Order: sequence, then structure tokens, then C-alpha cells
Amino acid sequence: MNAANPSKESLKGIMATEDSVATAKISQISPPTNANEPAPTAGLRFPLAARNFLKWLVPPVLGLALFIGIWALVAQGNPTLPGPLKTWDSAVQLFSDPFYRNGPNDQGIGWNILSSLERVAIGFGMAALIGIPLGFMIGRFDFLNRMTAPIISLLRPVSPLAWLPIGLLVLKAADPAAIWVIFISSIWPMIINTSVGVNRIPQDYMNVAKVLNLSEWKIFTKILFPAVLPYMITGIRLSIGVAWLVIVAAEMLTGGIGIGFWVWDEWNNLNVEHIIIAIFIVGIVGLLLEQALVLLAKKFSYE
Amino acid sequence: MEKYVQIENVQMVFDTKQGPFVALRDINLNIRQGEFISLIGHSGCGKSTLLNLVAGLATPSNGTMLCAEREIAGPGPDRGVVFQNHSLLPWLTCFENVYLAVERVFARTESKATMKKRTQAALALVGLSHAEHKHPHEISGGMKQRVGIARALSMQPKVLLMDEPFGALDALTRAHLQDELMKIAADTHSTVIMVTHDVDEAVLLSDRIVMMTNGPAATIGEILRIDLPRPRERLAMAHDTAYHEYRSEVLEFLYRRQLRPAA
Repeated sequence: MNAANPSKESLKGIMATEDSVATAKISQISPPTNANEPAPTAGLRFPLAARNFLKWLVPPVLGLALFIGIWALVAQGNPTLPGPLKTWDSAVQLFSDPFYRNGPNDQGIGWNILSSLERVAIGFGMAALIGIPLGFMIGRFDFLNRMTAPIISLLRPVSPLAWLPIGLLVLKAADPAAIWVIFISSIWPMIINTSVGVNRIPQDYMNVAKVLNLSEWKIFTKILFPAVLPYMITGIRLSIGVAWLVIVAAEMLTGGIGIGFWVWDEWNNLNVEHIIIAIFIVGIVGLLLEQALVLLAKKFSYE
Repeated sequence: MEKYVQIENVQMVFDTKQGPFVALRDINLNIRQGEFISLIGHSGCGKSTLLNLVAGLATPSNGTMLCAEREIAGPGPDRGVVFQNHSLLPWLTCFENVYLAVERVFARTESKATMKKRTQAALALVGLSHAEHKHPHEISGGMKQRVGIARALSMQPKVLLMDEPFGALDALTRAHLQDELMKIAADTHSTVIMVTHDVDEAVLLSDRIVMMTNGPAATIGEILRIDLPRPRERLAMAHDTAYHEYRSEVLEFLYRRQLRPAA
């Protein structure tokens, strides 16, 4: 008897084995597939892991390819702008010897990047050391909050580069001035985010602290600090973005060794390929810094 | 002890923008050691305020409050509190949450090993030994509330204060935890003051039900003694006439004599 077309007389016998008929029917219509996958094209059957990998990889690669394609088109129409291929050749040459030293103002790209990172680390580190505890206190004590609020509101919107002349005047040297600019620009997110975090601690946790009658130290280490940590890390992520942004601009104005100064120097040499490479370097390093902090944030998240 | 918790002529007035707000007035209540008391009433009748006063989280505007013959002068581990939302710290494991309370009470007199055993015993009491190293977001709502109870009990408090502890749970979990609470209270001979909305819960668990009038200026309307023999079994209660009589008395108070529910 054809399973797909049971006749009426044998319906009773079929009822008992209805389930097996149903599955037999389905298995005759199409080969067993995962419900989420579209029906595979003729002969092409990728395993699930490979398909997922491609799904993850293809869109960003496509985006990048599109970007490079547009760049190449623009470069063809504009003879002064180097295309992707020329820039790549230049980059290979540049990174073949990243750590040479030819003099105080002519060093390898590796040294330039490290030098900028060092300034960022110092400025950012100081901002964290001062900004985070200050944020805690502003969040915890309302009087301090209202005392500092006008100053913070006043100074926060000031452009980082407007701080540079003051830094050069007071500190009298380019390096400390650049670090000062990083410090004053990247401190605001850390203060504000930390103080918001302290304010946002759910009353529940403070109730626990009250009924257990915990000491101030225990409140800080077991309740305040872990509760504020996610906000603090958001503040740090914002700060690192600002700091890295600012250093490039500050170095353009102060000179010395650094990625920002290198950009300005290469512009003076009319080496446009190097400027484009610098854009990529700044972007990639910034991305790596941000991603490192995202990983850190994930480690401390408990949701 | 006859007057383990003593509340005398207590009044609670809050200063608000619209002027003084009388939350509670003329509260007089004596609780015997080992007694299970329920505070029941409409929303806004000051039950939680009264509980907060006993917990020491607020100070009464008038009157005296004593616990084991010592004045209640602030929160402390001798009055363990179980909140309606468990209030577990999410970055600590269940073990560490309970340990925090144990450490607070016993750090000066006991070794780390003893405190560790104490914490484990508290978790075993609520049946959560297997979840010791889990974080709150990895366990269910009922389990979280049990950890809250374990935390309160681990301090060996003189009085256990519970503010609608099972309010946020589904009916089945609530029933299960009520049974567990009865067993724990019996085992530990705890004095318990529980705020609840649930009439069945109050009649099942309590020795006495304190029924409060509607706010503002709420006071104790009536105290009903529940003379049902212990241990009380939920399923047997369904057929018990005395249980139903008590239940209807409470309902009568709440829904007939206190007709207007507070805002």
C-alpha cells in the first residue's frame, strides 16, 4: 500500500500506526534538515560550524572590501591621493624596521607608537588615580556633589587642545604638557560615571549593609566597590577613547616622538601614504585598547 | 520569656512636605519568646513601618521598644531581617552571602573553620547545600529567598523579622517555603514577626495574628490567637473547621470592618 495515499477501507489499521505513517510521509518528502537552515542547494552541504563561521566573517570582510574599493576609485580619480596598493607597499616597508633609531627626531614607527602609548598611560593613569576616588566621594556625600558640580559643568566641555597652552606655560616642556592635556580631558568620564554608579546602588544593598550593621570598610569592599565597578569600567572605556584621541592632536602641536608628531612630520614631507597609514595605526591601536577594556568589563560582569 | 519583644505606646510620625504624617499610633504589643506573629492589614497600614521599627531601621517618634529587655537602638544581628526582594549581593556566591552575616556576628569569637561550618549548616537548614557555590543569578526566585532566610538565621538572631518574604514568589513555591519555614521555626524555636498580605499564610503559620487598621494613623485593630495544634499540615487544614473559622474572622476584619482600603 502506498503510504502517501492510504485508502479509506484500511483507515482503521492505519490509525494505530498513524505516527509511523506520518514520519514515513515526512521522510519521503525531503531529507532531514535542521529547522533553522534553509534547504541546501543541490549537492552543497556545509556542516553547521562552517556555516556559522562564514556568517560571522563575511559581512565585516565585505564591508572592508567595499571601503577599500571606494578608496581605490577615489585614488584613481585623484592623482595626489595614493591608492590601497601603494599604501600597502609603503606600510610593508615601514614596518620592516619598526624600531630603528637615527636621531632624537627620527625613530622607527614602533618607537613612535610606544611613545604615544606611554604618554597616554601616564596621563590616563593619573586621571584614574584622582578621578575614581573623587567620583566615589562625590557620589557618597551630597555636599561634595553640590560643591563640585558647577566646576565640573564648567570645565567639562572645554576642548582638550585649549588646555595645551596652559600646560606649556606652567610645565614649560612639551611632554608634561601633553600628559597634562590627556589628564584633564580624560578625567571627566571617570569622575561622572563613578559618582553616578555610587548613586545608582540599589537601596536593597544598603539595607543589607544596615541590617547586618557592617563596618564602613566592609561596606566599601563588599558592597560599594563591586556595585560601582560596571559604571567605573564604562567611565574608563570612555576615558581611554578620549585620551587616545587627544594624544594624537596634542602631539601634532608639541612635537617630539609620537604618532601625532609623526603624522605632522609626514605631512610636512608630503608623504601622504604615511599619513594614511597613521590613520590606520591610530584606529587599530584605539580599537585594541577598547577591546582590552571590554574583555575586562566582561570578566567583572555578573548579570 | 513573656515579654521578649515589648512595644509600648509607640507612635511614628514622618516629616513630609505636606506636614507631619502620622503613620502609626498607640501601638502596644508584647511578644513571647518562640512565638510566631503575623502582621496583616491593607496596603499603607504601616505594617512594614512597624517591622522597620522593630528592626531598628527607624526610630519611633514616641514610645519604647525593647527586645530581650534591651532597648532597640538601631539595626543589629540580634534581629535578623528577611526582605521581600531577597537582597542578595549578586557578585557573591550563596555561600559568601551567608558568610558575610556569619562573619559579622562571629568573627571575634570563632575561627574561620567554625564560621565556615556555621554557614554550611545554615544553607543545609534551607536545603541549599548543593547551591553553595552558585551566584544569585544562577538560581531560582524561591532559592534566592531561601538563601535570604539562611542568611538571617545564620546570625542566630533573637527575633526573625520577615517583610512579605514570599510575596514575590509563585503560589507553589510559596506553599513549599511556608512549610519549610514552619519546620525551621519549630527546629530553632525562633521568635518570628512576619508581615503578610496573605490571609491563608497568616492563619497557617502564626500563633497570633495582629490585624492592623487602615492608615494613616493606623493602630492595632485586633489580635487573634490561633489555637491550632502544631505541627500544622496544609492539606489537613483544608478540612479543619477551626481553620476556616479563623480565616473568616480575619477576612471579616479586613474586608468588612476595614472597608476602605488605604491609598
